[in-house]
Amino acid sequence: MAEKPRVATASLCGCFGCHMSLLDIDERILQLVDLVTFDRTPLTDIKTLGDCDLGLIEGGVANAENVEVLREFRRRCKTLVAVGACALNGGIPAMRNQFSLAECLHESYCGGIGVHNPGIPNDPEIPLLLNQVHPIHEVVAIDYFLPGCPPSADAIWTFLTAFLEGRPIAFPYTEIRFD
Amino acid sequence: MSKTFTLDGREIPFETGQTIMDAALAAAVYIPHLCHNPEFAPHGSCRVCVVDIGGRQVSACTAAASEGLVVDSSSEAIQATRRAILQMLFVEGNHVCPACEKSGACQLQAVAYYTGMLAPHFTHFFPRRPVDASHPDVIIDFNRCILCELCVRASRDHDGKRVFAISGRGLESHLVIDSPSGLLGDSSFAAGDKAAHVCPTGAILPKGRGYETPIGERLYDREPISIVGDVRAHEEEVV
Ligand code: SF4
Ligand code: SF4
Ligand code: FES
Repeated sequence: MAEKPRVATASLCGCFGCHMSLLDIDERILQLVDLVTFDRTPLTDIKTLGDCDLGLIEGGVANAENVEVLREFRRRCKTLVAVGACALNGGIPAMRNQFSLAECLHESYCGGIGVHNPGIPNDPEIPLLLNQVHPIHEVVAIDYFLPGCPPSADAIWTFLTAFLEGRPIAFPYTEIRFD
Repeated sequence: MSKTFTLDGREIPFETGQTIMDAALAAAVYIPHLCHNPEFAPHGSCRVCVVDIGGRQVSACTAAASEGLVVDSSSEAIQATRRAILQMLFVEGNHVCPACEKSGACQLQAVAYYTGMLAPHFTHFFPRRPVDASHPDVIIDFNRCILCELCVRASRDHDGKRVFAISGRGLESHLVIDSPSGLLGDSSFAAGDKAAHVCPTGAILPKGRGYETPIGERLYDREPISIVGDVRAHEEEVV
């Protein structure tokens, strides 16, 4: 028997809502684990990425670590999918692009309401923020885009089943939403 | 016998002086549009109504109908052109649909769904644009303005006020408000104005309400814009 396709997932600058939506496929997840082997993903808690057939990326690119993870996924995954509004267009986190990074840091850590012990954290473990949040297609090439905030469980399921069976990917009208 | 042209293989009757859009609307055939509203003179600025006539691309809302035209409004090539235009509209502004009150009843979104647009494709401009909340009844979020000039035309031609205009050129084009401060609250604008009810996007919104219809039940959640039509025709339902 041929080996099962390997699937990896990652959350960059997102809220994990897209991963929650993936879990929302409910009992179909049992079918899914029969169909694929999960590689690195928050669902397995595996930390290192192997060679994969499919990578699902939630969230936009907001810091240096996001860039690294995204580039590694691009290198290792044959097919890379942008999942959800943040991956597609920066989403809610990109609303900070209306302000300079200095203004954002000042508001959060220095001058904002309710701030105690003002001071911008500079622990070397904390990835450096980029000036702007970027959609992931601005950093690496993306094969498929799945819009939604988050995409519904049904939309994710439609994509996964069509992709895994090698069918053309098509969605019913109600499954494609930008919000 | 009335004159006709062919739209996607269908015979469409028309009167002299009608545009392709006029005739299609009269025949209940949908051609996507954003800056067009039959109550106002055509503006021809958004270009999503682009159709192909013998290899030439024209905007259906400004091109005159004429006998024997063969018009393509549904081929993959035309839909791809519309998608690219929409993608440009999305990246030129800041369209955060998950946080927008108009979402689900927004014509820009609905036309994007209709053309099969999944992602913005181009590099985002992330322009810095203000929100004007100075008016007691209406808010303007310039991040969502697509410069369709419907509010400009409505205020000028219907309300007789000229509250709005487009200023600047090219990338610098932006909506301006006629008041000493440039703020809506200091203008003669009123919530009852026609101009308060024509915006195809969430740029002009009434205050004091929002997110009233649950997700899944909103106008364009249920059926595509090609079936339910423009949002303004459903104002009672969605506002
Ligand atoms: S105006 Fe329409 S497209 Fe723009 S953010 Fe609001 S819902 Fe989305
Ligand atoms: S505010 Fe709305 S109606 Fe006015 S130009 Fe912008 S998008 Fe069009
Ligand atoms: S609807 Fe024709 S150009 Fe906008």
